[in-house]
Amino acid sequence: MSPHIAQSPTALADPDELALGLPESYLAAGHTLGSWLTTTDHKRIAILYGLSITLFFFLGGAAATAVRLELFTPEADFVGSDTYNKLFTLHGVIMVWFFLIPSIPTTFGNFLLPLMIGARDLAFPKLNLVSWYLNLGGGLLAAVAVLAGGIDTGWTFYVPYATVFSDTAVSVAVLGVFVAGFSTIATGVNFIATVHLLRAPGMTWFRLPLFVWAMYTTSLIFVLATPVLALTLLLVLAERAFGLPIFDPARGGDPILFQHLFWFYSHPAVYIMILPAMGVISEVITCFSRRVVFGYTFMVYALVAIAVIGFFTWGHHMFTSGMSPYAALLFSFLSFIVAVPSAIKVFNWTATLYRGQIGFESPMLYALGFLGLFTVGGLTGLFLASIPIDVHVQDTYFVVAHFHYIMVGASVSAYFAGLHLWWPKITGRMYPETWAKFAAILMFFGFNLTFFPQFIAGYLGMPRRYHVYPPEFQVWNVLSSSGAAVLAVAYLMPLGYLTWSVFFGARARNDPWNATGLEWRTTSPPPRDNFLGRVAVLGPPYDYHPAGSPPTQDQPHLPTQESQA
Amino acid sequence: MTATGEPSPALREPSPPLREPAPLLRESAPSLREPWHDLGFAPADALARQRAGASFGMWIFIASEVLFFGALFLFYAALRAEHPEAVAAAARETNIVYGTANTALLLTSGLLAAIAARAAEVPALRRLVLVCLLLTAGLGLAFLIVKGFEYREDIRENLVPGPGFKLADRPTQLFFGFYWFATAVHGIHLAIGIGLVTRLAWKGWRAPDFLATSPQVEVALLYWGFVDMVWIVLYPALYLVGRAG
Repeated sequence: MSPHIAQSPTALADPDELALGLPESYLAAGHTLGSWLTTTDHKRIAILYGLSITLFFFLGGAAATAVRLELFTPEADFVGSDTYNKLFTLHGVIMVWFFLIPSIPTTFGNFLLPLMIGARDLAFPKLNLVSWYLNLGGGLLAAVAVLAGGIDTGWTFYVPYATVFSDTAVSVAVLGVFVAGFSTIATGVNFIATVHLLRAPGMTWFRLPLFVWAMYTTSLIFVLATPVLALTLLLVLAERAFGLPIFDPARGGDPILFQHLFWFYSHPAVYIMILPAMGVISEVITCFSRRVVFGYTFMVYALVAIAVIGFFTWGHHMFTSGMSPYAALLFSFLSFIVAVPSAIKVFNWTATLYRGQIGFESPMLYALGFLGLFTVGGLTGLFLASIPIDVHVQDTYFVVAHFHYIMVGASVSAYFAGLHLWWPKITGRMYPETWAKFAAILMFFGFNLTFFPQFIAGYLGMPRRYHVYPPEFQVWNVLSSSGAAVLAVAYLMPLGYLTWSVFFGARARNDPWNATGLEWRTTSPPPRDNFLGRVAVLGPPYDYHPAGSPPTQDQPHLPTQESQA
Repeated sequence: MTATGEPSPALREPSPPLREPAPLLRESAPSLREPWHDLGFAPADALARQRAGASFGMWIFIASEVLFFGALFLFYAALRAEHPEAVAAAARETNIVYGTANTALLLTSGLLAAIAARAAEVPALRRLVLVCLLLTAGLGLAFLIVKGFEYREDIRENLVPGPGFKLADRPTQLFFGFYWFATAVHGIHLAIGIGLVTRLAWKGWRAPDFLATSPQVEVALLYWGFVDMVWIVLYPALYLVGRAG
């Protein structure tokens, strides 16, 4: 990895400097709105998804802002109880189903999966476009539910409240989530078929980058868990809209059965949110510590193990709902077991850092933040897997803090890590690194300030989903709300400087980070057909420094480079 | 991934501008689509691979559907475990004549679909394939019509859950909640299948080599087979359980 400038003709990709007859980039392949809305190019669909999930992210974020604003004081002075219920429901529904679940798979997964395995596109490009429209349609239905007065059931749609009692627009929202579910199933089918059938010659299963493995295992969960949610939501609709007796206890139905069915999907859904994040982090940490990933095969087995065991732990959401003590014991045990492969991954990332030449560019800052936040989130998960503690902190802010550490602290940090790592590849532009570093650090501190106090408030007994609370909890809520303000700034900053970079950023080289991986072996941004020539893979991934070699000067120096540094 | 220092193999070949993938390949195999057209295989192999890809995708979707209906049957199992007598009493109210006739219709259509799928591989059997496809869709339609008659009977006998339900025991209404839900969901699946098979017949009639080359034939008929299978589980669950013993 000696010279700073890659010795290949495609590094000279700026046509203003030198016309090499290179194919036009996917971004230049059409400028009309129609060319975007009817595209079957996986890269353009990734951009479409990127735009729609950004919209949903800030919509969900706005609801969270209102929630934190209300919780600043113990009294109800900003919104009333009904509005508050609608706000946290909106936040949960939008963030879980329209941001977190599609976030990394549909943006980076769509963009990078074919590039990383050396394919021209996903196996079913039209299906891929359909999946975006389904996702958008589902999101619009959810938006209609908001406009029709909102929903107040919480994101879990627990029955019988959601079917018999709530007088809000539950049916429309449920339908929206149902439609969006088809979108994730389509994405899952597409990814699995692509990984099986379109790998380039020499790209064997155990040469796949870990990000591809993460997408593959996530897709398995997409395909096998989402249909259960789809059916459960249909049952809710049948009861609510058509009056069929399904779960209503007054007519002999079993609301606990709903919870089993719901969590059979929604617990694996947590792994849908975290597995892609793990994939991103594996790419970032290897690149910025210039090291081959420690224990590649175990990293793969850990991903598969998490995906499989994750299907059998759903009962830990229901320890206090009433279940056989033997079932509770088993679910508790399995919930502990699923932490083992997660721990393997954390240790392996740490071991990858060991004796690496660590650079602190912005993607790496996000990734290091991920390591810390994921560890806290994972360890508090063990508290909750233990039945006595779970009974004590059930439905308190302890639970809220725990899953935000995983879903926001870890997943969203990883999303931003990936966004900064692959931004030059996706847009062909460099972003202002100083701003990015500042945002990464701000996000870490803002996040901890927001959510760490919630562990304490929750442990002391503050219940979730209330807009008023005893005054002794106020100090923790003030801390948390202040942190949320910091976090909001940290989330808005990338929106600003990344948008700026699209128009004014320096042109990116093909491989600005000196990273390995096929996605860096093409122009930035890539052409419609992804590669210039046929791809063949000769060796395993993460071909950074050989073990024991002396330090070299190939650390990515984030450049204020022009097209050619 | 590529050896350090060396340019990657992708770049080492100077490679002709690859915007246009080998034109010969496109012409000789009109139904090859992106990204299957540019894998570096001979046209026949690329086509076979595209077909395999489509079938593989459908199998994954069917795995997904199995979980969908699996959850439905889990609901049924829980219902039956919690209210065994009510389920047995309610299941005796279903109309076994219509149910059995429908089972016969659907299984026959499944047989014809299987014949169509096999015969489609032989270009000389195009006429047979078309006939089988039309009969498959026709039997599917007949199933829905019989189902309509059955629904009319059910409504006449007050088997719609709600006030004035035929049976006094409340959980019996849960069984009929399942009955209406499950048959409606299955009916929607079947209607989609009828649409797909009819479309195949239409396209196969219009374009002579469509049936022999398109991966859509096997995909649509796999789906048909799956919808059949769901009914094979639904039939005993709805019609036989209450009458056994």
